[in-house]
Amino acid sequence: MTKQPLLQIKNLTTSFRIHDEYYAAVDNVSLNVNENEVLAIVGESGCGKSALALSIMRLHNELNTKLEGEVNFKGQNLLTLSTAEMNRYRGNEMGMIFQDPLTALNPLMRIGQQIEEAMKNHLNLSDAEMKARSLELLKKVGIPNPERTYLQFPHELSGGMRQRVVIAIAIACEPKFLIADEPTTALDVTIQAQILDLMRELQKQMKTGIILITHDLGVVAEMADRVAVMYAGEIVEIADVYTLFSNPLHPYTRSLFNSIPSAAEGSDRLHVIQGIVPSLKNLPRTGCRFASRIPWIKESAHEINPTLHEVEKNHWVRCTCYQDFHFPDDTEAVKYDIS
Amino acid sequence: MTFLKVENLKVYYPVRGGFFRRVIDHVKAVDDITFELKEGETYGLVGESGCGKTTTGRTIIGLNRPTAGKIFFNDIELTKLKRRDFYQYRKDIQMIFQDPYSSLNPRKRVLDIIAEPIRNFEKLSPNEEKTKVMDVLEKVGLSPESIYKYPHEFSGGQRQRIGIARALTLNPKLIIADEPVSALDVSVQAQVLNFMKDIQKEFNLTYLFISHDLGIIRHMCDRIGIMYRGRLVEEGTKDEIFEYPQHIYTKRLLSSIPQMNPEERIQHTAFRRKVNEEFKNNYDKYFDAEGKIFDLKPISETHSVALP
Amino acid sequence: MLKFIIRRSLIAIPQLFLLSVLIFLLAQAMPGDALSGKFINSPNLDPAYQSELRDKLGLNDPWHEQYVRWIGNLVQGELGMSYVHNVKVETMLESRIANTFWLGLATLILTYLIAVPLGVIAGRLPDTNMDKFIVTYSYVSFSIPIFVFALIMLYIFGFTLDWFPTGGSVDVRTEPGSWDWYVSKLHHLLLPALSSALLATTSTIQYLRNEIIDTKLKDFVKTARAKGTPERKVYTRHIFRNSLLPVAAFLGYDIVYILSGSIFIEQIFSYPGLGQLFVDSIQQRDFAVVNVLVMLFGVLSILGTLLSDIILSIVDPRIRID
Repeated sequence: MTKQPLLQIKNLTTSFRIHDEYYAAVDNVSLNVNENEVLAIVGESGCGKSALALSIMRLHNELNTKLEGEVNFKGQNLLTLSTAEMNRYRGNEMGMIFQDPLTALNPLMRIGQQIEEAMKNHLNLSDAEMKARSLELLKKVGIPNPERTYLQFPHELSGGMRQRVVIAIAIACEPKFLIADEPTTALDVTIQAQILDLMRELQKQMKTGIILITHDLGVVAEMADRVAVMYAGEIVEIADVYTLFSNPLHPYTRSLFNSIPSAAEGSDRLHVIQGIVPSLKNLPRTGCRFASRIPWIKESAHEINPTLHEVEKNHWVRCTCYQDFHFPDDTEAVKYDIS
Repeated sequence: MTFLKVENLKVYYPVRGGFFRRVIDHVKAVDDITFELKEGETYGLVGESGCGKTTTGRTIIGLNRPTAGKIFFNDIELTKLKRRDFYQYRKDIQMIFQDPYSSLNPRKRVLDIIAEPIRNFEKLSPNEEKTKVMDVLEKVGLSPESIYKYPHEFSGGQRQRIGIARALTLNPKLIIADEPVSALDVSVQAQVLNFMKDIQKEFNLTYLFISHDLGIIRHMCDRIGIMYRGRLVEEGTKDEIFEYPQHIYTKRLLSSIPQMNPEERIQHTAFRRKVNEEFKNNYDKYFDAEGKIFDLKPISETHSVALP
Repeated sequence: MLKFIIRRSLIAIPQLFLLSVLIFLLAQAMPGDALSGKFINSPNLDPAYQSELRDKLGLNDPWHEQYVRWIGNLVQGELGMSYVHNVKVETMLESRIANTFWLGLATLILTYLIAVPLGVIAGRLPDTNMDKFIVTYSYVSFSIPIFVFALIMLYIFGFTLDWFPTGGSVDVRTEPGSWDWYVSKLHHLLLPALSSALLATTSTIQYLRNEIIDTKLKDFVKTARAKGTPERKVYTRHIFRNSLLPVAAFLGYDIVYILSGSIFIEQIFSYPGLGQLFVDSIQQRDFAVVNVLVMLFGVLSILGTLLSDIILSIVDPRIRID
């Protein structure tokens, strides 16, 4: 069982320049994604999950971003490639689905042209072949009238239909690997359900490896095989989806679960994580990054240099503080002013 | 006496066409809805984008003109009032908006933002005004010294609290909250929701809570109205809606919520498929010949469904 | 589309009507009347005869009667008489319209030839020295008054270096219609057009630069890159096209801007066009000509903005006019 993973991220650090200094938004992250596997990356805004997604495909602004580490796709480190070489992978073996279907499509180009652009870049097909394939793709993603949609402009489609087109573009060249960055956040629930169902179906059919970036634990529960939880640029917990939902360990993961007004159960008060997510410039760079948000936990519970520990098979948790973590009782809540 | 009563409310927008841009049709944003709010309760208005929930809220507060129908507030018919008389009742009805980033003027200090409604309705000396603003700020858990700060100096959750503080200054009785936490991260969202519950108890507030997020609606609301294409398809208590949904649209909406239990995802998907099929196949059972939603009919004292 | 044009034209009628009343009233309010200009040159004329003449021409009638007469004629294509030059206004306009048209066209082409590449470079490489230079140029050009700049250009390239003629629209020694005649026309055009264009570029450069910087960050550009589209094509197919859109919409306004600039330019370069005629006519109190010219400028401005809307609706599929 030493099969090489489809995508292997090793010690990836993505830093953004702010006023001539670089700050790591993704800090020393290592991850594997296997073929036919959906890995969800969960976290709140500013945790670095989107920066991570863009780093893999190298779609960030090169002028103010620094990438360190390795992103190995089928054994090739993508970070050492030139842009032209990188373009051979983008859209071909790797696809990307964006959050907002409203802005992810060029408003001045017909749907057909936009799908075919990906094929033009990678496949040697005649115009007729490309058109046939586009129509087939549109049908595959559940567009009711492909012939018509092929000639339409993005603004003529509803949000759900646009997201289907975005998916069609991403899978135009049958990629082995997909990144989906909040693919359903901008959509209504019924549409979200349809898109998730579609993505899962296509994933099974094509055996794609997927990194799914989301803030929505419900989406994770529906889609993911494995889950990585990110906080302040680091992975704080990683496990398969069943383990993570039945036995979340890291204080941040547990807090996150407790702050969701779940549709399934109704508790009166939601857990509030104390303090605010530190901005990129003010991220704590040493010690447990979550420590300041759980001040009622004694300092000695944290590691000085927190690392990921394998607490059970394939279940990794950062720092030792999870062992001593408990939600604040009433006196602690008052003392630390947790509203 | 009813606290708030919305009766046969219709809000149509004209569609213009032809050479002289005459009105050729109407978009029926809200098409004949009736509901009531009791004092102190939270009533949730749920639906997908474009279902008319926001328009309903905006019409109650007077930001939209009703095409037809009546709105009663403490038995006074707001829809009949002249602009000037209506103004008086605006004090009692306040609104919290979705986006804490764009609903606060970035060039105004917190003092001016929160004092704005006071300035509109009451004549206070600058000192009295300042004291009052500091009072409300304290109520929403922000330090009174922040009155001279600008919105960008606050986090998203704090900004939403400033928005709430602004709504609270005039001691309103009814607050219309239009997607108050949709723009916020879950942990911040929790903070605002808890806070809204606290002040509700403290000031005996009534909420009209507008949202597309059924999890939040379930957490916050006592009674719920489900809107679809400008009409109410179902109305009932929280338990009735979530445990015994009757209308196919309600079922479809509920089945779309991602299940928080990964073990059940296969069953859940199958269930969702079943509901969607029923929605397609038994369309005529739930909608009339023109595809319109039926009028609400009570099936119990508190539960009504739009069925023939 | 046709419907839209017709509707817009109908809206223009009340606009033009108001403009015409305004011009007429302003002309009335100015000291003197259509005949004063003529009489300035003959101070010995009998005042009794002067007033008789005024009576005959209806200049002593109440203003609204005069206005109705004037506008009635105008609508019928009767532009009136220049009392100063004793010729029909049409005759005076004829040759000058063509001159101003060519000058305007040359200015417009030069403006875009300069502005588009500069805007593209600045937008593609923001915050580089090149960009800073371009932005500085656009601010400087924005702040220099056109008559000052035109005089400097005329002094340097016309008088000192003697590269360009310093006045007129064509060398009178050339045979009209001959090759030399066209070359001479172009030669006379170039300096005024360039002077005007160098200053008219500001809005286009700034707009294009900002649009490109904005568009570069748009999600669909990321989508294009994620498809593996080569960088060159990302720019040509996705960024430039979308950025040029609002600039194209400014064409109509640019025309208006250049037209108003022509008033100074033509005066300074003694270029016999509508602008020069306008200034001369005001100085000579030749109100018949002034009124017609203002109306003409008004019509052109309205046409310019209409043109902007039409262009936008053609290039942007999101805007549909019917």
